[in-house]
Amino acid sequence: MPEKTFIVRIKRQQRPDESVHWEEYELRYRPYMNVIICLRDIAEHPFTRDGKESSPVTYDANCLEEICGACAMLVNGQPRQACTALVDELEKPIRLEPLTKFPLVRDLQVDRSSMFENLKRTKCWIPIDGTYDIGPGPRMSPETQEVGYTLSQCISCGNCLEICPKVNENSHFVGAAIVSQVRLFNMHPTGKMHAGPRLDALMGPGGIEDCDNAQNCVKVCPKGIPLTESLAAVNGQVLRHAVKSFVFGK
Amino acid sequence: MKHQPKIIIVGGGLAGLMATIRVAESGVPVELFSIVPVKRSHSVCAQGGINAAKNLKGEGDSTWKHFDDTIYGGDFLANQSLVKAMCEAAPAIIDLLDRMGVMFNRTPEGLLDFRRFGGTLFHRTAFAGATTGQQLLYALDEQVRRFESEDKVKKFEGWTFLSAVLDDEGICRGICAMNLKTMEIRTFPCDAAIFCTGGVGAIFGRSTNSVVCTGSAQSALFQQGAYYANGEFIQVHPTAIPGEDKCRLMSESARGEGGRVWVPKAPQDPRRGKDIPENERFYFLEEWYPKYGNLVPRDVATRAIHKVVYEMKMGLVGEPAVYLDVSHIPREVLERKLEGILEIYEKFVGVDPHVEPMKVFPAMHYTMGGLWVDNENQATNIPGVYAAGECEYQYHGANRLGANSLVSCIFGGGIAGPAAVRYARSLARGCEATSPAVYERERVRQQDISDALLNQHTGTENPLTIWRQLGDVMTENVTVIRYNAKLQATLVKIDELADRFTRINLQDRTQWANQTLNFVRELGNMIVLAKVITMGALARNETRGAHYKPEFPNRDDANFLKTTIARYNGGDIQLAYEPVDTSLLPLRERKYTASA
Ligand SMILES: Cc1cc2nc3c(=O)[nH]c(=O)nc-3n(C[C@H](O)[C@H](O)[C@H](O)COP(=O)(O)OP(=O)(O)OC[C@H]3O[C@@H](n4cnc5c(N)ncnc54)[C@H](O)[C@@H]3O)c2cc1C
Ligand code: SF4
Ligand code: FES
Repeated sequence: MPEKTFIVRIKRQQRPDESVHWEEYELRYRPYMNVIICLRDIAEHPFTRDGKESSPVTYDANCLEEICGACAMLVNGQPRQACTALVDELEKPIRLEPLTKFPLVRDLQVDRSSMFENLKRTKCWIPIDGTYDIGPGPRMSPETQEVGYTLSQCISCGNCLEICPKVNENSHFVGAAIVSQVRLFNMHPTGKMHAGPRLDALMGPGGIEDCDNAQNCVKVCPKGIPLTESLAAVNGQVLRHAVKSFVFGK
Repeated sequence: MKHQPKIIIVGGGLAGLMATIRVAESGVPVELFSIVPVKRSHSVCAQGGINAAKNLKGEGDSTWKHFDDTIYGGDFLANQSLVKAMCEAAPAIIDLLDRMGVMFNRTPEGLLDFRRFGGTLFHRTAFAGATTGQQLLYALDEQVRRFESEDKVKKFEGWTFLSAVLDDEGICRGICAMNLKTMEIRTFPCDAAIFCTGGVGAIFGRSTNSVVCTGSAQSALFQQGAYYANGEFIQVHPTAIPGEDKCRLMSESARGEGGRVWVPKAPQDPRRGKDIPENERFYFLEEWYPKYGNLVPRDVATRAIHKVVYEMKMGLVGEPAVYLDVSHIPREVLERKLEGILEIYEKFVGVDPHVEPMKVFPAMHYTMGGLWVDNENQATNIPGVYAAGECEYQYHGANRLGANSLVSCIFGGGIAGPAAVRYARSLARGCEATSPAVYERERVRQQDISDALLNQHTGTENPLTIWRQLGDVMTENVTVIRYNAKLQATLVKIDELADRFTRINLQDRTQWANQTLNFVRELGNMIVLAKVITMGALARNETRGAHYKPEFPNRDDANFLKTTIARYNGGDIQLAYEPVDTSLLPLRERKYTASA
């Protein structure tokens, strides 16, 4: 019986300033393969389908179980995590491309540091007094914890930014992930006390007003984070905050 | 004050981030290096929880009992004083994390909830669903981001550590690192460096660890003179989903919440797990260890599964596996407490674990061994070099208890930070007084290694092939069951791989985001550490914790109640031994059967 094989097409680019080309690989099928295994197969035998010598593909991956967020890319045009993209479930040939809303580094690797920068800008942390032993944290109802836990599972993969029509070269919308993190910190009993500066950071250009409610984000989030709810909730907070700032001055 | 100390921290998992916070909090600037953005560090994978004897369930738990369980679980190989200090600090660590906003599960009263884990009879494990490591890492990451915004921390993400810069007296004066985008190799001066570079799973090919857990940094330091302790103690977790790229863990918390391990009583029973009636199931852990049941320590559970599958030939039909079953637990409980891991199973196997038992098998998971550190300050034997987290050996003896790693990472990082600052402040002359030539010679040495790899055009060996073969032989011979003849054969194989490594073909010679170059450099270091692990296992003729030798089935305190210390001597690896501090708890036999 001949070996079962399948085709993977990969968009390759050695450097941001170099030209783009597609390469096609023919890989040996095994059960339970994911896209990461495909990329490793290529690294072990870097030859294209027509026998031309090529090179291992550059991409990000770490946990291989959809929890670190590293391996986001376009798989058959959809932004998703490569480690949970199972070959069995994908239409062939499989097409792999880098995310397009972030600066390209090489091949399938992009630079998503802007997401971390935006977490910094929006002060997404609980300002604690220090690491000394000063007793337990605030009490929290199981209901609050459940909402908070859901929000705090964001893996900063960037898929929700990739799919968002408002994240583009002309707008600097911070994206649903960041807004949802602001919601998380603004609902925590301690974080709540410092909600103002976070909301300030979401006002003006690139802030929450840029969202035009396309609701694509929530469909591509691998963690099932209720992003549209977060956008609505934070939008309300920003509006109330704006009124308050206007009336009482900042 | 003579000078403002400068601290470098390599690694931004839980240990590295905690060290960073403690140093930054003391007003000393930190440069934090990590291969991956720290938010993507391996700690994010930890599922089950973090231990602290808070005794919130009226069970009479205490930090002393936590200490006793840890030492006993580690088969008395851990030095006792710091372990005791860790267990005493654990409740306050939980409070701190709680204040940082970790979304721990709550009781109806709004207090922290605790679950049971292996190797204890108490509810001692705080948890945030089944993604506790993620939640803790994020909390620390956020605190570090806050310090970053105040310019107290500067991050170098996307840099890999290559070596320490040692002056003529062997004192660490900085580090040498490579930028993974530009491939630039550069030195960075510092007065003290703290290493928190995590585990070594990649040496075993497929493990439950993340891709960057190669042990490369530890190995590089070892080759520069740092001692490596108890390398042979490798934890194999009983329950993981086997996979070609990685073995995905099914956390002990599944059993902590009532999950049961079983096989059909009739070997090769062709029915689906859920169709096999209760009385035709063999719950071997519950039967063999009635006191702890499914929550015996990992080494015990792993060996039991091996016995069932390989000796009794009672594994599941068609594959070496047993069932881990949570399908009897109410759906509401599963959703609140275990959803994270059940999703992993469903995503990768395509079967719903809420209704069908999961098929699992043991997989390499954790290294108890690591860089040798002292009994007080997390200091290695190289002046100015500190270590914390999974990359060092201090807290877990011959076997780590579940949910004890996260606490040891945070505790160790919390010690290392201030200790490094104290050391840096005590120096008569800081790194600014070190000659530039010291930095330049290290940079050139590292640049030469990269250049040699890039310029080698006659190589025939593929890096991934060598890596796979290394992983296969290590997994087969140096994990659950160890025979001296096979360990010797492994050393021969490692030497063969080391030889083939000299003829490696890079297949990518560019100077931009060349991941192959980085991987090959890591692979060279993995081969050295593989040898340390195997030699340690060969020399230790006893059975203790995770180290099991059927030829020497008992613990041998007379000869082996001691820490293995590997040293590197001009290409040679030598083993020496050091006594274990057993000043607090007297030795006793370790057994988890009913009579214990
Ligand atoms: C699947 C899984 C589940 C687990 N669950 C639990 C649990 O429930 N409870 C528990 O207590 N323990 C658990 N553990 C163990 C625990 O997660 C780890 O031991 C712990 O997270 C290690 O943390 P660390 O800070 O030492 O290192 P890591 O989190 O691995 O971080 C290492 C850091 O070092 C950096 N690094 C590495 N090498 C270099 C280099 N050469 N140059 C620059 N940077 C480098 C990395 O980028 C990273 O930032 C689990 C482990 C696994 C695999
Ligand atoms: S919100 Fe979801 S899609 Fe967006 S970055 Fe976070 S995990 Fe990814
Ligand atoms: S590798 Fe971590 S999300 Fe895929």
